[in-house]
Amino acid sequence: MTHNIYIYMFIMAAVTYTIRVLPLTLIRREITNTFIRSFLYYVPYVTLAAMTFPAMMDATASPAAGAIAFVFAIILAWRGASLFAVSVMACLMVFIVELMPFIH
Amino acid sequence: MSTEMEHNNKTAFFMGIKHGVPIAMGYFAVAFTLGIVAKKAGVTALQSMIVSATNSASAGEYVGFTLIGVNAAYLELAVMTLVANARYILLSCALSQKFSDKMRTIHRFLLGWFITDEIFGISVSVPGKLNPFYTYGAAAISIPAWSIGTYLGVVMGNLLPENVVSALSVGLYGMFIAIIIPPAKKDKIIACLVVISMLVSYLSSRLPAVAKVSSGTRIILITVIISSVAAILFPVKDDKKEAA
Repeated sequence: MTHNIYIYMFIMAAVTYTIRVLPLTLIRREITNTFIRSFLYYVPYVTLAAMTFPAMMDATASPAAGAIAFVFAIILAWRGASLFAVSVMACLMVFIVELMPFIH
Repeated sequence: MSTEMEHNNKTAFFMGIKHGVPIAMGYFAVAFTLGIVAKKAGVTALQSMIVSATNSASAGEYVGFTLIGVNAAYLELAVMTLVANARYILLSCALSQKFSDKMRTIHRFLLGWFITDEIFGISVSVPGKLNPFYTYGAAAISIPAWSIGTYLGVVMGNLLPENVVSALSVGLYGMFIAIIIPPAKKDKIIACLVVISMLVSYLSSRLPAVAKVSSGTRIILITVIISSVAAILFPVKDDKKEAA
């Protein structure tokens, strides 16, 4: 079965907006349940980490370039580089590594 | 700056635009790489621009485009969009504490559109209560940059040489790393969770038995299991509530 792209687009927009607007409009008090708060607190880090690795190595033409850029990006972010800088430098690192003839 | 910005909507709006410029620049570059992902998934430039304008969510859109590319079920798309964007629940909760009692409810509905990590970051750190026009200013420059960047990524992605596309395809991951590493540096538990999540993600993608499960479902399972265990073992204390 082929799905309709506009239904896909509507689902993405509706889910994303609902997630953001519900806490703003409905929850006018702080969440007090420690488990839910802790769970929500950890979710972004776990999801983003799992999405980044190993996908970053699978995205580039040469997995080695992706792996080197991955380590490089972590070092830059650790040293306080901005979102923009980390993103651009990771791209640049892949570009440079893939120019090297011995990396495949 | 605080008192004038709190009470003068025009001042707040222009201050928001000014603070939004670096965000817009970053968004433009990252959105371009997102456009490449969208193109691979068979989404047109205009459609991807609409998705970016209506979602303004890097990880969520990335997951969405990837799932559209593999003709995923509507429910899987909905669940994964929810999981990828779950952090906005927390951000929204934190931001709701910045509103003045006098603020009209309509602003809550409008602000809901603009809670990205970066716009949230500057909005929640203004002194005093948040004037929503500050956030509108930041959004007025950064969301168009995000949307147009996505459009151009789809249009120009295939005009670029293969090695440039390969390089740009890690831009989003670079951004994800830039989001998770600074908190990991401050908090050893988060650092451990990041390492464990990456290891489990790697193993599950390489183990023959588990790798058959779609990557979207694998990430849901990893997220729910690891976050739940972490929430039980390391409940978050009050002082961390706005750290996300």
